[in-house]
Amino acid sequence: MTPTPAPTLAREAPPGGPRWTDVCAYADLLPERGACAIVGGVQVAVFRTHDGALYALSNLDPFSGAQVISRGLLGTRGDAATVASPMYKQVFALETGVCLDDPAVSLRVFPVRRTAAGDRVEVGTSDEHRE
Amino acid sequence: MNDEGHAVRDVVIVGHGPAGHRLVEALRERDPDRVLRVTVVGEETRPAYDRVALTSYLTEDADLACAPHDADVTLVTGDPVVALDRAARTVRTAAGRAIGYDALVLATGSAPFVPPVAGHDLPGVFAYRTLDDLDALRAHCTNLTMSRPGANGVVIGGGLLGLEAARALQGLGVRTHVVEIAPWLMPRQLDEGGGAMLRRHIEALGMTVHAGTPMAGLEAGEDGAVARVALADGGAVEAGVVVFSAGIRPRDELARAAGLPVGERGGVAVDAGCRTADPDVYAVGECACVDGQVHGLVAPCFSMAEVVADALLARAAGRASGARFEGADASTKLKLMGVDVASFGDPFAGARDGHLDVTYTDPVAGVYKRLVVSDDARTLVGGVLVGDAAAYPTLRALLGAELPGSPEQTLFGGTEAASGGDLPDATVICSCNNVCAGTIRTAVRDEGLTDLAAVKNCTRAGSTCGSCVPLVKNLLDAELTAAGVQVSRALCEHFEHSRAELFDIVRVRGITTFTRLIEEHGRGRGCDICKPVVASILASLGNGHILAGEQAALQDTNDHFLANIQKNGTYSVVPRIPGGEITPERLIVIGEVARDFGLYTKITGGQRIDLFGARVEQLPDIWRRLVEAGFESGHAYGKSLRTVKSCVGSTWCRYGVQDSVAMAIRLELRYRGLRAPHKLKSAVSGCARECAEAQGKDFGIIATEQGWNLYLAGNGGMRPRHADLFATDLTDEDLVRYIDRFLMFYIRTADRLQRTASWLENLDGGLDYLREVIVEDRLGLCAELDAAMARHVAAYSDEWRDTLDDPEKLGRFVSFVNAPGTPDPSIVFEPERDQIKPVLVAGTRLEVAAR
Repeated sequence: MTPTPAPTLAREAPPGGPRWTDVCAYADLLPERGACAIVGGVQVAVFRTHDGALYALSNLDPFSGAQVISRGLLGTRGDAATVASPMYKQVFALETGVCLDDPAVSLRVFPVRRTAAGDRVEVGTSDEHRE
Repeated sequence: MNDEGHAVRDVVIVGHGPAGHRLVEALRERDPDRVLRVTVVGEETRPAYDRVALTSYLTEDADLACAPHDADVTLVTGDPVVALDRAARTVRTAAGRAIGYDALVLATGSAPFVPPVAGHDLPGVFAYRTLDDLDALRAHCTNLTMSRPGANGVVIGGGLLGLEAARALQGLGVRTHVVEIAPWLMPRQLDEGGGAMLRRHIEALGMTVHAGTPMAGLEAGEDGAVARVALADGGAVEAGVVVFSAGIRPRDELARAAGLPVGERGGVAVDAGCRTADPDVYAVGECACVDGQVHGLVAPCFSMAEVVADALLARAAGRASGARFEGADASTKLKLMGVDVASFGDPFAGARDGHLDVTYTDPVAGVYKRLVVSDDARTLVGGVLVGDAAAYPTLRALLGAELPGSPEQTLFGGTEAASGGDLPDATVICSCNNVCAGTIRTAVRDEGLTDLAAVKNCTRAGSTCGSCVPLVKNLLDAELTAAGVQVSRALCEHFEHSRAELFDIVRVRGITTFTRLIEEHGRGRGCDICKPVVASILASLGNGHILAGEQAALQDTNDHFLANIQKNGTYSVVPRIPGGEITPERLIVIGEVARDFGLYTKITGGQRIDLFGARVEQLPDIWRRLVEAGFESGHAYGKSLRTVKSCVGSTWCRYGVQDSVAMAIRLELRYRGLRAPHKLKSAVSGCARECAEAQGKDFGIIATEQGWNLYLAGNGGMRPRHADLFATDLTDEDLVRYIDRFLMFYIRTADRLQRTASWLENLDGGLDYLREVIVEDRLGLCAELDAAMARHVAAYSDEWRDTLDDPEKLGRFVSFVNAPGTPDPSIVFEPERDQIKPVLVAGTRLEVAAR
């Protein structure tokens, strides 16, 4: 297995702090692939890239209306890490959720982190994310 | 005051919609010294936003704001102009501002038309025009669906905007009905056949259409809000929300009050220079009436803004402007959840004008196409496309020009050819921004542009609706080729190589991982283009199970789940049925599996059975049952051999001369699992009657009294091609040997997603050269090709059986990593013809490319 960096801290925690939910073991995530977690009724696509970094985006593909973003192929465009929707292939930046093929569209970004022990993955939600 | 008017310094623009915004931008771009002082006064509280994309604000929270103007432009928002004093050359706003002008431009847009029926002003009734309308609509629908899940909503008006509103309403969770007074949908753009086909698509999306039915009035419920829409035919639809989209009316009230002439049906009357009867007052966009005509699409509104920008700059410079608004191309293309709709030129021209119609309807595929051509069938006058609008950019560019072939060829793919190079300079390529072929060519040549993004930036072509982008790319490539610039064959930004070059690199250097390949021969970390290509190359060269190790991360979702993704995120399952021969016992197993898992069942064109609607976590259970009964993966999900179809052959058929079923089974079992640049299809016919349709396949075999005739490089699909006769009267052994070599040579040398047909068309020397390579071994390659195929045959193993035996691979087949047993609640079905059909419950996107 590829060595992975130390646990990363949450990016951009919303004000008041997110509520953290344990979703899976870090080892459950294949490098360069995603998985879907359901958190408070919301489907969150969680990705692990080749360098061990974690990202979490809304699983809902706005172009097809299907919950499939977690099944997209990862990659890069320029310096940006990306995921391509498996349905109609639009590419989204993992960091910001912005659709690089149509910047008017973006996916919601969720905070995601490894636990201090490094073996578990947690997704952060705030109340606005709940259905 | 001379005819050109007095000198101009202060320009005041009334209205900050897309037309007003474009006018300001055009003025600033062409006035670097800031000779003109520009003031814009808008009624809405927000600066201009992209109204074309309005629906995406609701469905995806899109930010629609137009680019802000520079700091020298004075922008007043939320304060409508209420009076125009032409004598004093001053406008006055509701808040009491008085603003003087040298030249005034009315860009007040239009207002939604709400018919004066009973109940039109009840709570719960909305227009669909501004972001404020949408905010109010969303708030109402949120309350409605919370208090009454499953509530109905009605959109009055089945035109372009009405359908957009309908989709937005459905996205807000409301069961949506569309009421259209005309007998079919989108009556301004579509003819009856196109409207009927569109209706089938709209209904398939779960909406109800009432066409040919005027609305009689709205009725309130107990709470005082709208509750029912009464129809003129006596029917009624329950409705907790009603959206009016029954047309627009130009906002000409300022001009009327100031005594300026207006058109017969409204709109500020202007000449071709967009100037009103007062030489200091202009009008642009939806509020203007040019030659008695009001324009509602964005392209003509932009053209008017450009005309007025030119006129104002000319006046400031003391010269005359030659810019004229020359009418508009009303061509339209929109995409409604995968349904393409396009209308171009004059789609209603018919026999009365001496024109001819060519119509094609495919109710199964949901495609309707109609071309209107001149009486000698040579000139394109107009047309309608529903369900498949791929030909739209080319057809629109051909309007008024001579067709390159017969109308049928134009309808069926003949237009796909890289036609950019031949179009005359004057042909309008981008009608949103009025850019013609000559402008693009000049920009490429003079500015030294080499990529599409630069061409879009420089010329604006393709930057609004995007439908002309393929043509712009063709023009760019043709111009670069003519200039001797090598057109890049790079696979994507990560590899400079073509697929064939990468294949050789991987083969010769013995590379077995993507990581090594991209580190040594590429850059970045790959993408959805190069990863599946490399996955396919690795699989073609025999690197074990496609989900083993790092390869798993390269597979697109179909290969990753060994099934075919469908529009709602479920998958379909196709077990292999070699040659289409199946025992009753196995047929029963398929039936039982489909019944037990509640799958939709359909017979495919390749003599197999497709089972739809499986969730990822069901796939292993489904396949355990199928594998137990002796089935294998059918590879319907892979770029690989699909089926070898057959007729029943000499065993049963009184005309058959060879056993086509046995040969089909032999070939299908030999090539099953073979990964290729694209899917591969085959068929074997037992006699010259050709019941298996072998000549439409990548490799097709037709029996003769003496043996087999081999046909190569045919296909059906978008651009059908008959296969070429490669060799005749072959023995079984020669037949198999030639097919082995053909396939391996194709796999080594074809481009990404290039089927055998286009590969052969692009092969230097064509069929004769292919015979030299395969039969005469001119390249000395045959031994290697034969050995590669022998390795494939020996290494074949059923992907599904192997997956079921491997707990690690099986662990990935879950909808939710944190709730493996939980099915995805977004997957919902409803019954249709005694089976299931998918219902999309999530918000969906509507793209309106131009209007």
